[in-house]
Amino acid sequence: MNRTVTIEVKQLDRVVIRFAGDSGDGMQLTGDRFTAETASFGNDLSTLPNFPAEIRAPAGTLPGVSSFQLHFADHDILTPGDAPDVLIAMNPAALKANLRDVPRGATLIVDTADFTARNLKRIGYEQNPLETGELDAYHVIGLNLTGMTVESVKEFGLSRKDASRAKNMYALGLVSWLFQRPVESTITFLETKFASKPDIRDANIAAFRAGYNFGETAEEFSVRYEVKPAKMATGTYRNISGNLALAYGLVAGAQRAGLPLVLGAYPITPASDVLHELSKLKRFNVTTIQAEDEIAGVGAALGASFGGALGVTTSSGPGISLKSETIGLGVMLELPLVVCDIQRAGPSTGMPTKTEQADLLQVMFGRNGEAPLPVLAAQSPADCFAIAVEAARIAITYRTPVIVLSDGYLANGSEPWQIPVVDDLPTIDPNFTLEPNATDDKGAPLYLPYLRDPETLSRAWAIPGTAGLDHRIGGLEKEDKTGNISYDPANHDLMIRTRQAKVDGIARSIDPIEVDDPDGTAKVLVLGWGSTYGPIGAGVRRVRKVGGKVAQAHLRHLNPFPPNLGDLLRSYDKVLVPEMNLGQLAMLLRAKFLVDVVSYAQVRGMPLGAAELAEVIGNLVEETEGIDDDARHLGEAAANLTHGEALNGNEHDLHQSRLGGAR
Amino acid sequence: MSTVDLGLPSLPGGLHGVPAASEPQNRKEYVSDQEVRWCPGCGDYAVLAAFQGFLPELGIKRENIAMVSGIGCSSRFPYYLSTYGMHSIHGRAPAIATGLAVARPDLSVWVVTGDGDALSIGGNHLIHSLRRNVNLKILLFNNRIYGLTKGQYSPTSEPGKVTKSTPMGSVDNPFNPVSLALGAEATFVARTIDSDRKHLTSVLRAAAEHRGTAIVEIYQNCPIFNDNAFEAFKDPETRDDAIIPLVHGEPIRFGKEGRLGVVRDGFASLAVKEVADLPNGEADLVVHDAHADDPAYAFALSRLTDAGILHQAPIGIFRAVERPAYDDMVRQQITTAQEAQGTGDLQALVTGSDTWTIN
Repeated sequence: MNRTVTIEVKQLDRVVIRFAGDSGDGMQLTGDRFTAETASFGNDLSTLPNFPAEIRAPAGTLPGVSSFQLHFADHDILTPGDAPDVLIAMNPAALKANLRDVPRGATLIVDTADFTARNLKRIGYEQNPLETGELDAYHVIGLNLTGMTVESVKEFGLSRKDASRAKNMYALGLVSWLFQRPVESTITFLETKFASKPDIRDANIAAFRAGYNFGETAEEFSVRYEVKPAKMATGTYRNISGNLALAYGLVAGAQRAGLPLVLGAYPITPASDVLHELSKLKRFNVTTIQAEDEIAGVGAALGASFGGALGVTTSSGPGISLKSETIGLGVMLELPLVVCDIQRAGPSTGMPTKTEQADLLQVMFGRNGEAPLPVLAAQSPADCFAIAVEAARIAITYRTPVIVLSDGYLANGSEPWQIPVVDDLPTIDPNFTLEPNATDDKGAPLYLPYLRDPETLSRAWAIPGTAGLDHRIGGLEKEDKTGNISYDPANHDLMIRTRQAKVDGIARSIDPIEVDDPDGTAKVLVLGWGSTYGPIGAGVRRVRKVGGKVAQAHLRHLNPFPPNLGDLLRSYDKVLVPEMNLGQLAMLLRAKFLVDVVSYAQVRGMPLGAAELAEVIGNLVEETEGIDDDARHLGEAAANLTHGEALNGNEHDLHQSRLGGAR
Repeated sequence: MSTVDLGLPSLPGGLHGVPAASEPQNRKEYVSDQEVRWCPGCGDYAVLAAFQGFLPELGIKRENIAMVSGIGCSSRFPYYLSTYGMHSIHGRAPAIATGLAVARPDLSVWVVTGDGDALSIGGNHLIHSLRRNVNLKILLFNNRIYGLTKGQYSPTSEPGKVTKSTPMGSVDNPFNPVSLALGAEATFVARTIDSDRKHLTSVLRAAAEHRGTAIVEIYQNCPIFNDNAFEAFKDPETRDDAIIPLVHGEPIRFGKEGRLGVVRDGFASLAVKEVADLPNGEADLVVHDAHADDPAYAFALSRLTDAGILHQAPIGIFRAVERPAYDDMVRQQITTAQEAQGTGDLQALVTGSDTWTIN
């Protein structure tokens, strides 16, 4: 077929694309493949999978809609994007559920096959929105993707149902053409994934190619888009999700300590992938125990640590609640233990597939008695790796349970990662005690399990099998040094204070928090923790772009805080703390430093948006500078920035840059 | 009662992988420096003494023995033994011991627990360790009462029991720990009595030799809150009729002058009968088979235990069968993976297969 219209190629600096369909339509897979193609092309990227907790909600309904958003660019980006430029909707429900997020002028690629009166009525459309004109503000490309998919795989003799299941690959082929993505990796992927089912393999590949060719030959498309590779620091990159990075980081931590890793875990969304990934890594001396419950998971991990392994447990908020007593035992025993809390929206069962960061106070204080322990939080998907290594370092060096906070957004989201050289990772010394470390009154050698290193206050650690150092430990209060049971009042006070001092002292081993304050004249500091790093950074960039002065800092160590945090907070007129909870870090900062930070709290189960943060930050910057309410403009201007204007220095024309907006 | 020859050679023994002691050991070496703080007359003293006396027989290095307990009077046990030990939290000892046993094939791991610890708060961990068949030895001290919290009824207390929390009598139906363990398809299930040191020791020895989870219910007297709960098994007047002795390969005959015996009774049940009333006398008695693969026989035996006040119960090894141990199989998978794929290249792992380079 020859085209009668030449295809124009438009340069874009960045694109936000969202695939949406039924939870059985393979949207997560489609998104993953588009991400892989985009990563191998060299764009910077950030992803946001979003799916229901139900595995297969009734087809065609709003609760059953699953989506995958990808933001890719020719420069470094920080978030999966607030709003899609392109929405691929595989059915009417996917269109309806996602349309509210899509700004006017954006492109809608819609599979029209399911737009029947019955399906439309089921989700509350009285008339076909493709025909009423209600979508006139968008650039709508309605195509019978299902019909064309079935046609393209006719030769394989599949049932219509099986044939239509390849429609996600058809759609992927089409958008791969539209954005000039390299397709080889997807073909290879399909060949491997369906190697044992040649019909399905060939049908998927045929559908993928047919979708690509359709873009090439059909006249619906007069424009293709190009997003050039990003200028990133030199090095070798891969794409990685938070849960995978966490699993690899845990293995790296154990390997750098020369210890076997024993994971005890019970499946829970969104943490289960860490269990799955570690289960594949037995060759690294990794044991995974799928325990009978959350308590047994952490129990097995602690038992393994008692035996000299690095015990790890992974869960989400509800599981952490169940593990609390055992974590408290770990505090008392002073044994290494890494507890990963992949937070999800609570309370109780909450919204299992949605993100939140409302477990901070739970992990800080959710144990009986004075039971302090270190708390770390990853700030991006790839950072989960470094945080896991750091958790292993602290757990082993200080003989303590360590909490690692991630969340559903980091767990499932992905980004390019500059691959570390593993030999450059810190080495961790378990420093097992092999000989008696004291003498008794008569000069006979003696092992004191609670004799401490004067610098770190970490206790001696002799593991079973070490001759002459046998000892008993337990949850009852210990006598200083000997570890024997003690109810002595003064000893209890000493031990409580010693355990606290040990955890506080970890601050001496961590780097001061760095602040990004370009010319050092900002009066407002935005301080975050965890997965808000990207959105806060994007919001800060927007405010700076419209002339506002604002500083940014981000916490990865939440207990203890970095040593310079108090001074940093006091050096700004205002400190804004955005969180996906009702102000938990803000509460800690006020309590510890008596600084009246400004809390910005949103708890919607979704990451914070860059534009909303820009508005909040801009307003606070002007308020701090004494500008009256009605004279303020910074926040609004920052929030309304779009695309190239917002994020990089290029003077892009807004409308040129807006995909499809030129029509 | 005599010791038992289980004759189970094909799996490695329970102590396989645990280094042998270089010198003979004695009881004193296993006595820790901690003052024992059970109530005077507590049955725990007898078990502790028997255990301290028994450990040297194993001929393994003392530092390769680890005791893990939960919460309760009996869970103080580890403090009194000079081995490695952990006094953990209520009900969780089997879970903790599972992690330890998986991580350390060179340890002999023992769990010390009670009827409240194992069957109430920790019931879930108990049944799952039994079904997995982790190489653990579980000593379940059953005194049919909560001692440490001062006298509430336990999950093994008889119905109608009057305690501080049941002034009008308990309406809870009790667990039979042996039936429960067999329901979970435990591979080694035994019952013994605190005061019968010889039998206790013989059962402990068999448990130690067993590969997999061995659970030993020990009838243990609490002289403060439930005194004489097991008196029927101790009083010379009653004990011969009370103890149904289980000896592998022998007909189950007991009572004064052997007047009683166990016979098959209807569908999958057993009953105690006067031998004199049986058509063929002793030939009609059940010959105990601890190795029967189907746990139904051992379960039927366990039902000969009184549910209320104890007057009669089988004592001995109900079941001892072979099934691969969980921890052995977990470790084998690691070995298999390493043989097939090498010991793991961390740099290759983090690098993955899909990379790009910016120059």
